Amino acid sequence: MPLPINEIKKLIKESIPDATIEIKDLMGDNNHYSATVKSKLFNNLNKIEQHKLVYKSLKGKMGNELHALSLITEGK
Amino acid sequence: MEIKDKINNAINENDICLFMKGTPDSPQCGFSMAVTNILKHLNVKFKGINVLEDENLRQGIKEFSDWPTIPQLYIKGEFIGGCDIVKEMFENGELKKIFQDKNLI
Repeated sequence: MPLPINEIKKLIKESIPDATIEIKDLMGDNNHYSATVKSKLFNNLNKIEQHKLVYKSLKGKMGNELHALSLITEGK
Repeated sequence: MEIKDKINNAINENDICLFMKGTPDSPQCGFSMAVTNILKHLNVKFKGINVLEDENLRQGIKEFSDWPTIPQLYIKGEFIGGCDIVKEMFENGELKKIFQDKNLI
């Protein structure tokens, strides 16, 4: 089942309140997105840990309802 | 053999081990293809393991790495990341440096 952009943003914000989030729907199908997420929580974390924080915020949807979310993370 | 042991064996026996959908010659997913292309471009020898052939492995590797997506790249037993991280590390030269530092290139 596709996941709309607003829903993805909401989930990320719940776990990472200071996140600045930009999401693009790459194919216009609510299923292939690219996201840039910036947060202070990422400072001093390596890329794997940063991406894991975002994946965890999506509560198991990544790789299931959400097929493709290409991710760029940065500290603030 | 337990799936955890299978994965441990695979990442210990292969310096560069890519868990992917499809095979290096015939990737079945754009993200797996992207990482395969990067590894081929850097001209390193790697083992591609097709998770589509084994549902236990497909789920098992996600739990093993605590990472929800495939592909997943391991270098010398260490989890490096998925497609986005590998791409980023390729573009900024970090990936090549790891291969050089570990004498894999």
